[in-house]
Amino acid sequence: MASLLDKFKRGLAKTKSGLFDEIVNLVQNQYVVDDDFLERVEEILIASDIGVETSLAIVDDLKEHVNRAGFNQSGELIDFLKSRLAARLLENTGEKQAPHDFFVPDVKPFVIMVVGVNGAGKTTTIAKLAKGFQTHGKKVLLAAADTFRAAASEQLEIWAQRVNAAIVKTQHGGDPAAIAFDASKAALARDVDVLIVDTAGRLHTKANLMEELKKIERVLGKAIPGSPQEVMLILDASTGQNAIVQARQFKAAVGVTSVAVTKLDGTAKGGMVLAIGHELNLPIRFVGLGEAVDDLKPFEAQTFVEALFE
Amino acid sequence: MFQDITEKFDGVFKKLKGHGKLTEANVSETMRLVRRVLLEADVNFKVAKDFVAGVQDKAMGHDVLKSITPAQQVIKILHDELARLMGTTDSQINESGSGPTIIMLTGLQGSGKTTLAGKLAKHFKARGQSPLLVAADLQRPAAVEQLKVVGEQVGVSVLAELASTPVNVCRQALDVARKSMNDIVIFDTAGRLHVDDELMQELTSIKETTNPDEILFVADGMTGQDAVNTAKEFQNRLDFTGIVLTKLDGDARGGAALSIRAITGKPIKFISNGEKLDALEKFHPDRMASRILGMGDIVTLVERAQGAVDEEKARKLEKKLRRQEFTLEDFYDQLQQIKNMGPMEELLKMIPGAGGKAMKGMQVDEKALVYVEAIINSMTIEERRRPNILNGSRRKRIANGSGTSVQEVNKLLNQFNMMQKMMKKMNKQGLRGMPRLSF
Ligand SMILES: Nc1nc2c(ncn2[C@@H]2O[C@H](COP(=O)(O)OP(=O)(O)OP(=O)(O)O)[C@@H](O)[C@H]2O)c(=O)[nH]1
Ligand SMILES: Nc1nc2c(ncn2[C@@H]2O[C@H](COP(=O)(O)OP(=O)(O)OP(=O)(O)O)[C@@H](O)[C@H]2O)c(=O)[nH]1
Ligand SMILES: [Mg+2]
Ligand SMILES: [Mg+2]
Repeated sequence: MASLLDKFKRGLAKTKSGLFDEIVNLVQNQYVVDDDFLERVEEILIASDIGVETSLAIVDDLKEHVNRAGFNQSGELIDFLKSRLAARLLENTGEKQAPHDFFVPDVKPFVIMVVGVNGAGKTTTIAKLAKGFQTHGKKVLLAAADTFRAAASEQLEIWAQRVNAAIVKTQHGGDPAAIAFDASKAALARDVDVLIVDTAGRLHTKANLMEELKKIERVLGKAIPGSPQEVMLILDASTGQNAIVQARQFKAAVGVTSVAVTKLDGTAKGGMVLAIGHELNLPIRFVGLGEAVDDLKPFEAQTFVEALFE
Repeated sequence: MFQDITEKFDGVFKKLKGHGKLTEANVSETMRLVRRVLLEADVNFKVAKDFVAGVQDKAMGHDVLKSITPAQQVIKILHDELARLMGTTDSQINESGSGPTIIMLTGLQGSGKTTLAGKLAKHFKARGQSPLLVAADLQRPAAVEQLKVVGEQVGVSVLAELASTPVNVCRQALDVARKSMNDIVIFDTAGRLHVDDELMQELTSIKETTNPDEILFVADGMTGQDAVNTAKEFQNRLDFTGIVLTKLDGDARGGAALSIRAITGKPIKFISNGEKLDALEKFHPDRMASRILGMGDIVTLVERAQGAVDEEKARKLEKKLRRQEFTLEDFYDQLQQIKNMGPMEELLKMIPGAGGKAMKGMQVDEKALVYVEAIINSMTIEERRRPNILNGSRRKRIANGSGTSVQEVNKLLNQFNMMQKMMKKMNKQGLRGMPRLSF
């Protein structure tokens, strides 16, 4: 038993640099394309959280192409693979992906409701979005509808001050739907361009909390017909296969319209968005690359795919 | 999900039995499946690879192949091996020999450190100790405020010095603790990425300055493949003493538990399974193993079934189920066997998804079972085999004979009908893995 654990440790001691070197090798050196090579490609895909099923499908697809097109240089094949992955990412959602005029909406007030599991980065992403809108000369109002977590509204308030946005909040334990309602009314009264609603983190498995989220959505729609125009799901890049379940459940509960992937400044690759885009037709709108307000970038399929192999 | 993997293993073994002997191809197919199950649970691919290599001999051993339920046997072996690898005898907080016990919480952004600080404070306070919470996250907006609120909720004091630095606050905390007679000091540090050299250095400084008794790496239980990279780097920098997995109240399979444990060799000391401050539990390796395999506590159930069920009967029953010849007589038989396994409520709880849709309306009432038994006892063999001959007068006779009412007899027959329908459906979906559990 101890020996098996030791074996793990030895094998993993070099995980980080080992994998990294291996990938650089794969891409730079012109290996012969054989089963070993394909197995390593499969591992790279799996290591990026793309999921086993998708990884296997992609490798099968590769094999077929090796046979048909006769690739025998690894560099060539990796390029081919990258273009396939990028295409797959854009396949269902291409035209909806990160429109450059996101920060210049044609509806007023444009209402964004931000949802996701605990600690994914909702509040921080809201600050970043607010900054983006402000930069485009838009008047932003934030709604602190997380009335559950300790100091959640204080956190949003500090961000509001930093990015110079107004905020509507209530005391701890208040009704989040009521806040959403008040904020909607305030948005109309104060003639704001964009209302962003922060919600409490919740696991998609908690039925009562998902009901609460639906209620917030309904209340928004009542106060401002047609809103929320955007329901953005925040996913933490380090999440594994559960991200797909999260996306599915949140989409089923409230009409999620887009995804932002946070914490891509670490070593996690966020490969699960490949399945999410594909299966759920959800565009990946933004990526979070740090904790500061400027660390939000539009999602680019090509860059994202390149990063899988870095 | 459990039906999924049972079914998959079942498929593999079925082919294997057809061949009658073990070939390299059979073995590798089974092992590929094992790997896949682990990867789907987010176990890191290298860890999965090593695990598979380690269990191959056992999982393809003689006992497994001879068994009439090889799939279940393999799953049990996997389960036991997983539990053993994640197992730990150590889920106590290391206590200081002299002076207050210092606990330092570390981890990535949003993993649940501040919440855990509150939970630990509550835990120790309930044991009559006097914890001090220390706000060493001076970075994230309202992080200090969050800890203050948490401290207030559990009624422990919080040291917050906004103008200070994390290292200085922690150093200062030791003096404060001595003066105020706190015997536990908990540092809530800021979330950080393992690749952020400067911030990782800060943690090292805190460690060197204060010499904590316990450094916990707090990791999100939903983490995927990257868990090994972060855990490894935190270990390199800090040589932490224990692991806490959070957010296990969701439905993530939690393969990160195995990954982190395997790469660091450190004990998983607690799991956090809720936002409320009492949602803190000891780590149970066997439950985690079940979770990774996507099973409820099915292992215990299989063990009990093995003890209680007559193999020969089980085999016959399986055939009947397949041919949809399941009768009231078989039902009665099953009831007897199930009774040997323990209280119904307890059994149901162990079945994955029993809380879910499939089992709704199958409320278990031990008294009702006694009725069922009595009713079936009052039937003739012919009636048990062909319940459709049960007309009004027969039903009345049975009700009288069993001391129940015609309504109760009808109810049973309806339920039996429903069950047969359900079984037909299950058969179509292929519930081959658990024929003996289908009551
Ligand atoms: N490195 C990095 N950290 C991030 C990023 N986005 C958010 N964070 C950090 O992640 C942590 C959680 O972020 P929050 O914005 O509070 O997350 P949340 O989803 O609002 O959390 P809850 O409201 O508690 O559910 C904070 O420490 C943030 O600074 C990112 O893109 N990169
Ligand atoms: N469902 C669930 N939520 C949890 C659990 N532990 C923490 N949380 C939530 O996760 C979010 C982040 O928790 P925090 O304690 O703020 O995490 P942190 O590690 O201190 O975050 P940073 O300081 O920003 O790095 C909050 O919404 C918590 O309520 C848990 O076990 N289950
Ligand atoms: Mg928040
Ligand atoms: Mg914190």
